[in-house]
Amino acid sequence: MKGFSYLKNVATLELDTDTCIGCGMCTVVCPHQVFVLEGAKAVIRAFDACMECGACALNCPVNAIRVDAGVGCAAGMINEWLDSLNLRRRSGDGCC
Amino acid sequence: MPVISSSLSFYDRLGAWKARWGIGRMSYLVPPGLYAIGTPGSSDPVAVTANYKMSYDLVRQALTGRNIWLLVLETHGINVWCAAGKGTFGTGELVRRVEACSLARVVTHRTLLLPLLGASGVKALEVRQRTGFTARFTTIRIADLPAYLDNGQQAIPSMGELTFTLHERLVLVPIELVSALKVSLPILAALFLLGGIRFGYAEPAAFLPIVAWLGAVLAGTVVTPLLLPWLPTSSFTVKGAYVGLLWSLLLYFLAATGSLLQTAALFLILSAVSAFFALNFTGSTPFTSRSGVKKEMRLSLPLMAGAVIVGVVLWTVGLFGPLH
Repeated sequence: MKGFSYLKNVATLELDTDTCIGCGMCTVVCPHQVFVLEGAKAVIRAFDACMECGACALNCPVNAIRVDAGVGCAAGMINEWLDSLNLRRRSGDGCC
Repeated sequence: MPVISSSLSFYDRLGAWKARWGIGRMSYLVPPGLYAIGTPGSSDPVAVTANYKMSYDLVRQALTGRNIWLLVLETHGINVWCAAGKGTFGTGELVRRVEACSLARVVTHRTLLLPLLGASGVKALEVRQRTGFTARFTTIRIADLPAYLDNGQQAIPSMGELTFTLHERLVLVPIELVSALKVSLPILAALFLLGGIRFGYAEPAAFLPIVAWLGAVLAGTVVTPLLLPWLPTSSFTVKGAYVGLLWSLLLYFLAATGSLLQTAALFLILSAVSAFFALNFTGSTPFTSRSGVKKEMRLSLPLMAGAVIVGVVLWTVGLFGPLH
């Protein structure tokens, strides 16, 4: 993504090249152009651009991609944590 | 079949403005179902969106002058991107809605045009297996949808590339600010009480802590998001702390109390507060990963909490100690 980058070497993205059939679906659904097709296989071109949305893994027809998908949202994680402690009444937290 | 207008009324614009400021935002929705824009026939395309009214409004506005079907999914008033993350803009709901609207009898083709950011919730292969419809991921931005349609339903690379322009960041600022102010209310009340006890409620000095806090809130929720690409490092906490530090410096030069304890407290607390609200902005950006935010929180939350605790102790001691 032009002009923006987040922490390096943290994404949980894995691509099993042996299983990949080179259909290119991951290159279509990834909004950060993490994948590129080289010959008959997808390769990870921009690992650190991955925001772990999970679109590639969900849409890969042969399950060649693994990612611990989730939303990168501090407020959401703090709310989850507070809820797990039962410290407050569950309510609409104003998060999207 | 509801036929809908593609031009937005004053109330649509007012509603969008209110949602941006967090007024009734969680119940700003339209009924899910199939809508007609113009006078679509059985061969006209079907676009899919969420039932957040702002999403629905922007889509129908972008499709002005066209004959097209709009399939609105039940996402409980949440936008496509967030709903896809939660799974409500997902395979199950899409399949259910296609069937509930008898779409296969309304159109003769078998293609659904989905927003690209819906791909984290919708498994295209499964949609085809269960409904016979091919889910095609189109563009990220609604504004690109007309060009996509005019291009023979083919995307050009820029339609699939995320951006986070100054304007895209600016429209997110109001909700950040409102949420931060809500959280701040009890703190502001406490600051006012303490300042008043020490200086008297008519004295300008009593209001200084409130101004200091509000400045830190603005630093984290307005200044940091707007200056995001130009602030140092990739960590939101560091970016926010940096702006909070600048605000502390400004306040120090404008309204220094002269007390060393107060000054130290000022720098510690304001930087931490700004950093915290900046960290919260990760949820509004389209490029932070869950693993990244987790790592950043693990490192920075103890630091921020420590800075605030030490700051509060210093400030309280300084407040009730000798002035110089």
